[in-house]
Amino acid sequence: MAIVELKDVQLNYHTKNGEIVALQDLNLTIKDQEFVSIVGQSGCGKSTLLSLISGLLKPTKGEVKVNGLPVDGTTGRVGYMLQQDYLFEWRTILDNALLGLEIRGEKTAEAVDEVREMLKVYGLGGFEKYYPSQLSGGMRQRVALIRTLATKPHVLLLDEPFSALDYQNRLSVGEEVVRILRERKKTVIMVTHDIAEAISMANRVVVMTPRPGTIQSIHRIEITDQGLTPIQTREVPTFREYFTAIWKELNVNA
Amino acid sequence: MRESTHSVEHVKYLRSLRQNAVLVRVTQLLLLVGFFGLWEISARYGWINAFIFSQPSKIWVATVRLATEGNLWMHLGWTVGETVLGFTVGTLAGIILAIMLWWSKFFSKVLDPYIVVLNSVPKVALGPIFVVWLGTTITAVIAMAISISIIVTIMMMHTGFQEVDPNQIKLVRTFGASKGQVLRKVVIPASVPTMIAALKVNVGLSLVGTIVGEFLASKAGLGYLIVYGGQVFNMSLVMASVLLLLVVSVILYYAVNFLEDRAVHGGS
Repeated sequence: MAIVELKDVQLNYHTKNGEIVALQDLNLTIKDQEFVSIVGQSGCGKSTLLSLISGLLKPTKGEVKVNGLPVDGTTGRVGYMLQQDYLFEWRTILDNALLGLEIRGEKTAEAVDEVREMLKVYGLGGFEKYYPSQLSGGMRQRVALIRTLATKPHVLLLDEPFSALDYQNRLSVGEEVVRILRERKKTVIMVTHDIAEAISMANRVVVMTPRPGTIQSIHRIEITDQGLTPIQTREVPTFREYFTAIWKELNVNA
Repeated sequence: MRESTHSVEHVKYLRSLRQNAVLVRVTQLLLLVGFFGLWEISARYGWINAFIFSQPSKIWVATVRLATEGNLWMHLGWTVGETVLGFTVGTLAGIILAIMLWWSKFFSKVLDPYIVVLNSVPKVALGPIFVVWLGTTITAVIAMAISISIIVTIMMMHTGFQEVDPNQIKLVRTFGASKGQVLRKVVIPASVPTMIAALKVNVGLSLVGTIVGEFLASKAGLGYLIVYGGQVFNMSLVMASVLLLLVVSVILYYAVNFLEDRAVHGGS
């Protein structure tokens, strides 16, 4: 079942100096509960693709559908995680996690209880009244994830969500985020620069061409189907083969 | 004491820090006492003309007379009241106008050169206009105080609003936030530090506006006392009023600092 569909999508940016074609002839279908990673060079339009799916941008040509319905503006039904947690320093952890619900006017007593429960389950139980600066990078990222999950999106878009963390944390936070997303049966589209990260988490890795961005190839990552965690996936012998194949493809474009 | 666990060098270091702090305080005090002492002595020995320069003892007498003969508190009340009113209205109106500029890029572009020009005009020059329009009333004094603080507030707040991290705005937009929600949930709370900075600038500016307003259009207040004292060559009254003004400005400054502490503690 297709959850996200992009058909012949094109996106042009307008600047004073002219028009830039960021994405062209882009076709992609993502199934329910699939984890798709998108890799490509800087400026290939990876993040633009996420903005289209979230409704922040409208395609110049073509169609973007989520759950079978054309995307029209941001409705908040698609969760979006940015490169940093962007927790608000003036809000407590609980209030940060409730931000999305508040904006959507869905901050009911039950919803608040659910968020409290999520905080508890994901190891932030005692931190509800803390402020973001009092938490570690990994904890902050978890709060950001809970903030996104609180509005119960069908689809989550992750835009290099671990890039602000150091390598050690990146692996462990990645491990946790993937576990949480699988538990909650989410469909995920993640943009990253890190080929190993892309393979270790995804069912499919989409390689994009440089601008104007379109899909160069799609790699089916069979080793993640067995339910291995990202770190376990990295230990499977065939992991390297995927890595080399994708790395070579990206390198050709360089 | 825990000091016993410190090394000898560390104890010495701590002691030197304390000594230095005490020395700074003592010197500050000496400077103050020396200044007034020298002033008093110079006047008594006739090195300076006490009629023109007045002298601390006469200033004290003038202050006490002002206090006991009943109208010191009235004058202080007027000045403080006018300043606080001008400050409040100027700051609030400035913030509201800055929000309007943030809301409409078009208006902010249109109005930009006018705001720059208004900011560079010495607002004091508008004083006589206010007097003609509003009469020699408290309204004219407050108008003066507002005109001095409002433009600076608009500029500071508008700049502050524009410096809010665009990614924080993107975040709330992904949740489907309207423009009003972007304003309430991100732009305004993120600009609280700018707001406090604006308050600090404004409290001083409003006092300037009030005093100038009182010079021009008042029968009461410290500004009026200064002008009146000058006209009747009662320099002790002038100096006493200036010193009282000093006290008022310090108190207002610390009042704003107190508000800042409250805001900071409330926020984090």
